Parts: sequence; structure tokens; C-alpha cells
Amino acid sequence: MADILVFCEVADGAVKKSARELLGKAQQLCDGDDVVAAVLGDSLSGVADGLGAWGADKVVTVEADILGSYVPGAYASALHQVVDDVQPDVVLASASVIGKDLLPRVAALAEAGCASDVVDLREGDDGIEGTRPLYAGKVLANVSIEDTAFFTVRPNSFVIEDIEEKDGEVEELDADLEDDYGYEVVDVQTSGGDSIDLAEADRIISGGRSLKSEENFAILQSAADTIGAAVGASRAAVDAGYAPHSMQVGQTGKTVNPSLYIAAGISGAIQHLAGMRTSKVIVAINKDADAPIFQHSTYGIVGDLFEVVPMLEQEFAALD
Amino acid sequence: MNIGVLLKQVPDTESRIKINGDANGIEDGDIKWIVNPYDEFAVEQALQVKSAVGGEVVIFSLGSSRTLDAARTALAMGADRAVILDDDGFAGSDSLGVAASLAKAAQEEGIELLFAGKQAIDDDAVQVPQIVGTLLEWPVATAISSYEQDGDSVTVKREVGGGQTEVIKVTLPAVFTADKGLNSPRYASLPGIMKAKSKPVKRYTADDLGVEAGADNAKVTTDGYHMPPPRPAGRILDGELGDQVKELVKLLRQEAKVL
Ligand SMILES: Cc1cc2nc3c(=O)[nH]c(=O)nc-3n(C[C@H](O)[C@H](O)[C@H](O)COP(=O)(O)OP(=O)(O)OC[C@H]3O[C@@H](n4cnc5c(N)ncnc54)[C@H](O)[C@@H]3O)c2cc1C
Ligand SMILES: Nc1ncnc2c1ncn2[C@@H]1O[C@H](COP(=O)(O)O)[C@@H](O)[C@H]1O
Repeated sequence: MADILVFCEVADGAVKKSARELLGKAQQLCDGDDVVAAVLGDSLSGVADGLGAWGADKVVTVEADILGSYVPGAYASALHQVVDDVQPDVVLASASVIGKDLLPRVAALAEAGCASDVVDLREGDDGIEGTRPLYAGKVLANVSIEDTAFFTVRPNSFVIEDIEEKDGEVEELDADLEDDYGYEVVDVQTSGGDSIDLAEADRIISGGRSLKSEENFAILQSAADTIGAAVGASRAAVDAGYAPHSMQVGQTGKTVNPSLYIAAGISGAIQHLAGMRTSKVIVAINKDADAPIFQHSTYGIVGDLFEVVPMLEQEFAALD
Repeated sequence: MNIGVLLKQVPDTESRIKINGDANGIEDGDIKWIVNPYDEFAVEQALQVKSAVGGEVVIFSLGSSRTLDAARTALAMGADRAVILDDDGFAGSDSLGVAASLAKAAQEEGIELLFAGKQAIDDDAVQVPQIVGTLLEWPVATAISSYEQDGDSVTVKREVGGGQTEVIKVTLPAVFTADKGLNSPRYASLPGIMKAKSKPVKRYTADDLGVEAGADNAKVTTDGYHMPPPRPAGRILDGELGDQVKELVKLLRQEAKVL
């Protein structure tokens, strides 16, 4: 039914885990046609070898020095050349920082349509269609795209259990790229904050204004560490200076989609919900039994987070 | 320097959203319309560049007839003039149609540097500015949190997740999209608001620009609007706090299977 090209991001010399979800979903949707992985970077030897196990029938790589860091113009041109070569019906990428930035550019070069941040993909009447949240998640809508359809997919949207292993034969495309796109990454600074990327985290513990200080966020961090969770924050906490903006979850912060989201001392304002309401399981800890967050939670504890979170950490630590 | 700002009018996030009868849009009725919050950072940055290097700040907005109200807010902040794309020929455009129209208008007006918001809070598309830049063949740096200009070279920072910040050097002409924290947008002063009323406003139709926009040219169709299914009623635990916590961890492991 559809040849599907999946843009697979590379970080620290390996294909990111998010690619498995997309390749697996593509295998379910392609209905016997090809799933092709696209891998771009400056030194890819061996990097793309395992993609057959994740369901790629074929892998197309583009290797060039300028692809060593994310230079959008170079990435867009390279991926566009892969699209031209493969002629897929559908192109998928993760709705990550890079995916959301890149895919609309490639779609524009291909004079094609692109839909961002879909939370579902399925076979529709005229090809693959998606579902995407609008208006801070107050509304869901169907999106369908004429001709080549580009979608970015919110991380953790699909639970992929079995993937049929494919050949994953790697073919290098000799793409025509410039040396200069008027855009140069001159430095990458580690700005502190969390080393787990919130947008892709599978577990998150977030705190709100009620944390009262930057130091108190350590209580959340320490609990988070016991279960490998990332730490997030509400905007009120960020505005008060308790946490950096990079940790903000919500409409004007990060959109997250973990399997477990624990909101500690967060009231549950619509703009916060916009960033986390698709989480599989939501736990609210709030001392106000009427806080709106409880209406969106799977489980709730009415209580003081300064008591509950340390107890939770102990229980987490005791898990085997 | 001719500096452009892409500015979108959007519903206030507090607005109650009602789906229209065709389920392909929302009812206009009770909505309070505002300037997309990120676009305020874009306006502020444009004004700061103007005061550093001179020139003119032009607001570009595509939308229905009320989009002029949003543009006026930016004029009241200090922008010099507005270009409004509010013709029926633009209605129902997808991001590509919107971007193609804005890119063409910016070209017509001789714009050399463009600012935009990192995303519009109604469709959350994160697409239009990247497409504008792609069509103009200008570099686009998205979600910037700092901006320093030295001649035609601009250094910006952008957060890329995982606690990392990139430092990027961009050569003008270029497009930049603003993240929160880039600056503190000024408020419109009373004299500013008075002056805004007499600032020049130019209108373009899709025909004027010779662009393929509007519903007929859209590749992306968004319909079937529906409310998200309500979450099944959550479970509020009770009993001794310590027991609640134990119970919670058990539920997370055995019932929800997320631990
Ligand atoms: C345009 C716009 C964009 C926005 N974007 C975002 C966004 O991206 N993300 C975001 O989060 N917000 C956003 N907001 C802000 C949002 O409306 C709320 O103001 C914010 O989410 C509130 O944060 P909070 O829950 O931490 O604080 P509050 O609303 O003050 O809630 C604090 C909660 O903590 C509880 N509490 C207090 N002490 C304790 C304790 N010791 N133990 C347990 N519970 C306790 C209280 O009962 C209360 O429910 C935005 C707003 C606007 C207008
Ligand atoms: N109709 C429009 N008119 C003017 N600018 C727009 C329009 N749509 C989007 N933009 C600009 O593009 C940014 C991102 O929008 P979006 O791609 O829709 O998320 C916005 O913050 C605006 O700066």
C-alpha cells in the first residue's frame, strides 16, 4: 500500500531509540511495501547496520562532513535527495527538536504537505492519515495529505512489540551538498538541567510553584533517579526561577508523552495539561483535593508533596 | 535594514473552544483573540535590532479581517507599518500555502531579516517560518533564546534538549524564530496606541502576490475535529499516607505496568 521512508536520527554515534518506534509502526502500515530508513551523518560506518532488526527493508545513508552537526539547510537538502531517490508515499520522523525543525523544510523542497506532532497514524480512505492535537490539546483532528505525506510523530505514541526482521541492506547515496549554508554550529554548551531529554523520556516527575525553591527540586531529582525518570516543571516554577526553561512542560514548554507522569504540587492548568495530557499514566500529588489535575489523573494522592515524594523514593528504591 | 515580523492572531488559551458544524474548524463566537505569545518576542527583537542598526519594522499577518487588530498591537509596540493578507484567496491554506504567501509578501517589501514565533499556539505546527526560509533560500535558526548581531553575522543560542544549548552563527539574510526568554516584550504605551491608528497598512490578495494558496491548493486537509475522549475517572487513594504511597507503587507496577 505504501512505501514509507523513516528519518532515523543519530546521536553519539548510534541511531536513536525513537527510530525503532517509527520503523515498527511503518512496518504495520506499509502492508507489504518497503520500509526504508534514512540515516544522515558525518561518520556512519556501522551505525546503520542494526536497522534490519528494527524492520527496515532498506537503509539509505548520506555521509558528509557538514552533516556532523545539525545544519538544517544541509540536512534538508540531503533528506530531500533521499526522498527523490526513494520516491516514498509517506515520510516519517520523530517530533523531536530536530524532527520538528527539519521535516517541514524537506516537505517544502518536495512541494509536499507536512503535518506535525501526530499522536496516531492509520490506514485511511486515501492513504495513511493521522490524528493531531490542536488548541492546546482541547481538540483532536484528522489530517490527511495529498501526494507524498510528511508526518512528525510525537515520541512514545505507539507501543511496538513485535517487529519482523528485514534485510536492512545499506546503500550509500552520494548527495550533492554545499560547504556552506550560512548556518554554523560553533559550540554546544551543556547548560545543566536534566541529561535525559524530557521530550523523549519514558518517565517524568514534575514539580510546580509549590516546590518553593530551586534547592527543593533536588527532592524530585533524587526520587526520579531511582526510577530513571527525567524531571520537569510547571511554568510557575520556571517563572519563579526554581527550574530552567528547558525543564518546562506545557504549551509553551516541552510536549511530553511518557508512560508515567508524576505531577507533584501542580494545579493542572490547561497550558500545563497541553504538554502532558497524552501521558499513559498520570499521578497527581497535591494537597488540595479540588485541584483540577486530579480530573486528569489515573491515580491521585491528596497530601503534602514534601512528605509524599520522599516516601515514594523509598518505595521506588525498594523495587527490584 | 528592512526587518519583517511574521505575526499570527490566535485564540487566547483560556478560551473555550467549540467545534463548528462541519467539524473542520472552530466557532468564532466567544473567543478572545490575541497576538500569538511567541510573536511578541519576535516583535520585541525586531524593534531592538532597529534601534541598533536603523531601518524599518514591518508586520506581516495572514488571517481574517480581524487579524489587523493583532497587527495594531505590534504597531502600538513601535513597529512602523503592517502588511495584511486577509483575502478569501488565502482562506483554508495549509502551512505551505501560508508560508508561500508570507515569503512572497516579504520579498515584495524588500525584507532583509525576518523574525517569527517558534510556534503558533492554535495549530502548534512549528512549520511556517522554516518553510518561509526554505522558499526564500535563507538560513532559519529556530527557537532562539539569545540574539547578537554584528554586521551581517548573527550569533544566537538555542536549546536542543537533554540540557544542551547550541551556539549558532548565521549569515544574513535569515529567518529567526523566538523562544520564550529571548527578551522581555515591551508594553504598548498610550501614545503608542494612539499613533498605531494612523500607521500605514497595506493589503495583498492572493492574486496580487500570484501565489497558490487557499483551500483549493492545500495538500494537507485537517478535518474530523473532535474532543479528546475523557480519561476514565481517576482513582484517589485513601488511608494512612504511608499506605497510600505503598498502594500507589503497587498499582503502578501491577495494574498500570509502568514500573
Ligand atoms: C500563554 C500561556 C502559556 C502558558 N504555558 C504554560 C506551560 O507551558 N506550562 C505550564 O505549566 N504552565 C503554563 N502556563 C501557566 C499556567 O496557566 C499555570 O499558571 C501554571 O501551570 C501553574 O503552575 P503550578 O501548577 O505550578 O502553580 P499553581 O497553579 O500555583 O499551583 C500550585 C499547586 O500546588 C499545590 N500545592 C501547594 N503546596 C503543596 C504541597 N506542599 N504539596 C502538594 N501540593 C501543594 C496547590 O494546591 C496547587 O494546586 C501558561 C499560561 C499562559 C497564559
Ligand atoms: N497566518 C500567519 N500570519 C503571520 N505569521 C504566521 C502565520 N502563521 C504562522 N506564522 C508565523 O509562524 C510562526 C509559527 O507558526 P506555526 O508554524 O503555525 O506554528 C508563528 O509564531 C508566526 O510567527
